[in-house]
Amino acid sequence: MSNLYDCRKAFSETLVALAAADPRIVVVASDSIGSSNLREFEKRFPERLVNVGIAEQNMVGVGAGLANGGLIPFVCGASCFLTGRALEQVKVDLGYSRYNVKLCGMSSGVAYGELGPTHHSIEDLAWTRAIANLTVIVPADPVETAAAVRAAAAYDGPVFLRLSRMPVPALHPESYEFKIGRAARLRDGSNITLIANGTMVCRAMEAASLLEADGIQAAVVNMSSVRPLDRSAIVEAAAAGPILTIEEHTVVGGLGSAVAEVVVTSQPVRMRMLGIPGEFAPTGSPAFLFEHFGLTPEHIRQAAVELVKEGVCGAHEAHLGN
Amino acid sequence: MRPPNSLQTELRTGIAAAARLARTVRRNSLQMVHAARLGHPGGDLSAADILAALFSGVLRIDPLNPRLPDRDRFIMSKGHCSAALYATLAEAGFFPRERLAEYMKPLSMLNGHPDRNKVPGVEANTGPLGHGLPIGVGAAKAAKITGAAWKTFVLTGDGELQEGSNWEAAMAAAQFRLDNLTVIVDRNRLQQGDETERTVGLEPLAERWRSFGWAVVELDGHDMMALVETLRGVPFQAGQPSCVIAHTHKGHGVSFMEDRVEWHHRVPTEPELAAALVELDGPVNE
Repeated sequence: MSNLYDCRKAFSETLVALAAADPRIVVVASDSIGSSNLREFEKRFPERLVNVGIAEQNMVGVGAGLANGGLIPFVCGASCFLTGRALEQVKVDLGYSRYNVKLCGMSSGVAYGELGPTHHSIEDLAWTRAIANLTVIVPADPVETAAAVRAAAAYDGPVFLRLSRMPVPALHPESYEFKIGRAARLRDGSNITLIANGTMVCRAMEAASLLEADGIQAAVVNMSSVRPLDRSAIVEAAAAGPILTIEEHTVVGGLGSAVAEVVVTSQPVRMRMLGIPGEFAPTGSPAFLFEHFGLTPEHIRQAAVELVKEGVCGAHEAHLGN
Repeated sequence: MRPPNSLQTELRTGIAAAARLARTVRRNSLQMVHAARLGHPGGDLSAADILAALFSGVLRIDPLNPRLPDRDRFIMSKGHCSAALYATLAEAGFFPRERLAEYMKPLSMLNGHPDRNKVPGVEANTGPLGHGLPIGVGAAKAAKITGAAWKTFVLTGDGELQEGSNWEAAMAAAQFRLDNLTVIVDRNRLQQGDETERTVGLEPLAERWRSFGWAVVELDGHDMMALVETLRGVPFQAGQPSCVIAHTHKGHGVSFMEDRVEWHHRVPTEPELAAALVELDGPVNE
């Protein structure tokens, strides 16, 4: 088993490095300095850490105002509150106003596990990717997290970074060049493409290894950029065979839906979407919930096998029908 | 012997110009709402003097360089009163006043609520209430962080203060000691459906702001001299954000509109517009 990393470390270290080089970088927190891993930033740049207390609507508005004043604010909070509580501010003050604010949703998905559906953030991609002008990024490992933070800082416009606290292995080499709007093909394969992002990419990679024993060559695409979406990577995958999407998010309106929107309009192909079905999660740890909702490498493998077999049977039946 | 106070003379000249501007804003916003068949004329008229005071005698701005980094920031939180804002910006020179005829027309830059990416001089896209003050807190905090001298002014409605986000922002502004931030409350006592005090009451409003850590001044929001002098005098207290409660009348300047709740978003008919323009054609009360 390879080493596992909490991506918040890469996030905060990159932020400190950026702030050391650029006085415009500031952080807005909502009593979330510890959970967003911002202690070091606070120590190094106390005058550039704006703690607004437990007040997410104000926090996002303050971010827009700081950007109005020429700064580059990273607005950090638990993703469930940051997006849910302040959704109108995200839409109007950031998306519509096009203010240069970087929204950092920490502990997204079901990272808060046992704390329950109030603290799960499994709707945030559906909400944010529907907002015009807003760039939405879900990094998969520490290298991509660091690169995404740098790309967000360099990009002039609002960005939502959907981050997790769940340990993940390193998937990208240090030389990886992250680009907003470009997917990363992590593995080639001719029978099926697994498209995932965030914490699900490493699971898709493990599933692809397992699928070798089934004689299935699975490609894996890391679709970290949800908006703008890498349409050509999706069309290319769809032209090659069926697509299985995997996300730590509800299947209503998230990554799978985004991929399906491209597939049905550009290159129809059979698809399945793994994620959290349209329901609130029961009580349980993240590991339990991944098992419960079928988001483990073994579940991904089974779904891929079924999807590939359906294709073979479907073709066979069509042939008999002739 | 002291020479005549030139500052006082300058102020008097400024007050006269501001009063003329307010009357033009009232006339133009009513015509805009009439032509668009949509708008919020009651609030346009209650805010007209405040806007005129800010843009003719208070804000340090350059209409030819609307995004100058060191400009004062004015955030119109009551974005539904866009007709008055646009009429003011046009008179201040941010864009040609002929463009006011485009108000709410298809593809016009003059949307029913302001868009900062389309209209020079607009700092924030407002419309949903309770957005302006948090943005103002951020702007004022940015000036504190960078050591800049520019000031931030936010104009809110009074009914708007029922939105909780304002009070989140009010607490933060006091915590951050933002004495470069001023909120002006257009206290016309009416909201869309009824009086504020018969809906969800705001009184004692001044005490509420004081208890949130703000320095408060109350004034007649149609007294141009008071507005200009008070707004030029901020901060009222070092280390504290400033709140000006401007007591106004919805529909002020037109007898049949004044203090009438239905004029929140009623559109004047042709005869009503004509009658209003006659009332707004008299000598300017300076």
